[in-house]
Amino acid sequence: MSFLELAWTILPKLLTGAVVTIELTIIAITMGILLGIPVALGRVYGNKLIYIICTFFVEIIRGTPLLTQLFILYFGLPSVGIMLSPFVAAMIGMGINSAAYQAEYFRGAIQSVKKEQLIAAYSLGMKQNQAIQHIVLPQMFRLVIPSWSNELIYLLKYSSMAYMIQAPEIMSQGRLIASRNFRTFEVFIVVALIYLILVLIISKLLDLMERRFRIPGL
Amino acid sequence: MNQLFIIWQAMPSLMSGTLVTINLTIYFLVIGFMLGILLALGRVYGPSYLQLLIIIPFERFFRAVPALVLLFLFYFGSSFFHINLSAFMAAVLAMGLRSAAYQSEIFRGAIQSIGIEQMKAAQSLGMNIWQAVRYVILPQALRLSIPSWANEYAVVLKDSSLAYAVGVTELLRQGRYIVARTFGNALLVYTVCALIYFILVFMGNQLLRFLEEKYKIPGYELKQRREQSVLERI
Amino acid sequence: MPKVILKVENIYKSYGKLTVLKGISFQVNQGETTVIIGPSGTGKSTLLTCINQLTPPDKGHIWLEETEITNPETNINMIRSSIGMVFQLFNLFTHLTVLDNVRLGLIVVKKIPKDRATNICLEKLKLVGLVDKIDAYPAELSGGQQQRVSIARALAMNPKLILFDEPTSALDPELIGEVLNVMIKLAESGMTMVVVSHEMGFARAVANDIIFMENGVIVEEGKPDILFHHPQNPRTREFLHKITELYGGKSE
Repeated sequence: MSFLELAWTILPKLLTGAVVTIELTIIAITMGILLGIPVALGRVYGNKLIYIICTFFVEIIRGTPLLTQLFILYFGLPSVGIMLSPFVAAMIGMGINSAAYQAEYFRGAIQSVKKEQLIAAYSLGMKQNQAIQHIVLPQMFRLVIPSWSNELIYLLKYSSMAYMIQAPEIMSQGRLIASRNFRTFEVFIVVALIYLILVLIISKLLDLMERRFRIPGL
Repeated sequence: MNQLFIIWQAMPSLMSGTLVTINLTIYFLVIGFMLGILLALGRVYGPSYLQLLIIIPFERFFRAVPALVLLFLFYFGSSFFHINLSAFMAAVLAMGLRSAAYQSEIFRGAIQSIGIEQMKAAQSLGMNIWQAVRYVILPQALRLSIPSWANEYAVVLKDSSLAYAVGVTELLRQGRYIVARTFGNALLVYTVCALIYFILVFMGNQLLRFLEEKYKIPGYELKQRREQSVLERI
Repeated sequence: MPKVILKVENIYKSYGKLTVLKGISFQVNQGETTVIIGPSGTGKSTLLTCINQLTPPDKGHIWLEETEITNPETNINMIRSSIGMVFQLFNLFTHLTVLDNVRLGLIVVKKIPKDRATNICLEKLKLVGLVDKIDAYPAELSGGQQQRVSIARALAMNPKLILFDEPTSALDPELIGEVLNVMIKLAESGMTMVVVSHEMGFARAVANDIIFMENGVIVEEGKPDILFHHPQNPRTREFLHKITELYGGKSE
């Protein structure tokens, strides 16, 4: 069987894996936003204790490999009686990991909203939480888009690590196919191409989105 | 306490794994550095055909394809093309070239932000492009790159754990062996591994911060800080 | 018979559809100072960068003494090391001390040994009045000091000709004087100079020749007394009128 024929026959199975890849990515980035924004707010506006906890979280997660975090969740937790399925472990691992990085991006975006704007808000009589809600957050969401787009692509690529804890994403499918036809190299060329195409398409879409939501003049 | 004893006994294996991890990281970074600078110079000063046909596709490919896939491609590709390549070398090639793609972006940004005026000044004295790059552009660009490069260091160190997948006995794989050998508490063992990674990342960042201070251009950082606060708004 | 240092003949330069230089020709004799004046954006800077081929002209010829710069066979780096250039934004090498800035060209391009190079540099730095700053870095100096260092850097190469591209336009008003004084000293000592500038006082003091450029062509050329007091072309008259309004008719 030539390479193209091989690619054609294995495509359907690989695509089922790709669907899982995309699912993992979307869930992880959503968890990242939901957890990341509070952590970012905690680091900027929180009191000393909250700041320390949030910083601790961010530094530890960002300072250790994702793979190790996945191992801890999937292989480690059973030692204390918590059994997670591969998909769930991957979800939680990637979600927490993304949250730590997104917290930093959101923090950067929050801090780049100039203090003078807050002073103007207070001089109008707003309280701190009103100022945050109406002035800081709207700008934060738009300023963070470039980093956030990066994060989405990053997650898409790093979902490949879920293979190592036996999650049924595209890498696992590839390995399964290769174990039967022994044409491992060619199978993974196809896998690589699928990733390439996914990344290119999503990059293009994110580009368009970025252009639409950019704050004019900034 | 039994668990801690297991960890204590396992320290030699963990340390040898750590050494392999450090070894891998150094290889990745050095290959990435040397190739990265060449690619960056090619992007800024090279002819368009070189950029379009070789450099840009290289970067696009090595940045879009996940590290794990690259690892597999090099590892299984070597036997496909009948080249004898150890797992270690496959990892070094795959991750080294990948790091080159990322580092070239870092250096390209730094070179371009130095600005075309410095190149004009150097050329107006009669320097050719190589002399200008060597004595004027690179010394400034490298200093400017240190913060982003520190980030790349952390990424490469953490990604070295992927070499596990092709059988390299680095830190994480050692952890696996220890858990298997001793029926040790997996949670504890992997947490210790995570801790070791964290210490390595931390120490590396401290070293880079020290270098940044040492080679700082006097007076320049005030201008940089002013520029940075403008950049932050963008 | 005065020696011709620079001869520019029929230079054309376009950027895409925009033609910036439309047939510029002039000459500069040894020891003379030519000042080029004119509205911004009319190609004056481009003309200077054409002379040392930083931006190669599309058409036309340029000679430095007997060597044709525009000839593709000529070693352009050797030519550049004989032509000094002083930029509007100084363009000092930020990672090097003042002394290293002035010395770099000598060591790397002219291959002069370090000791002799250092002596030459100290001499030139004395000329511009900055010997006490040899270990300082550019970012620690004022604009006027940086520009004087860049003049020393050009001088150290022992050039046959120095090109000045609006050397004082980026300086705060109180710093302009120190740079102009150095330039006047240079002109009086016999250096061949081509200066693009708005500083009319400087032009009146030391220029041997004034060229008024507008829209990529030379509108009028002549000795300062004649051009300033009895301009022939109405556009020259218009421009000079605008400039004296702006600069308050500075006298040096």
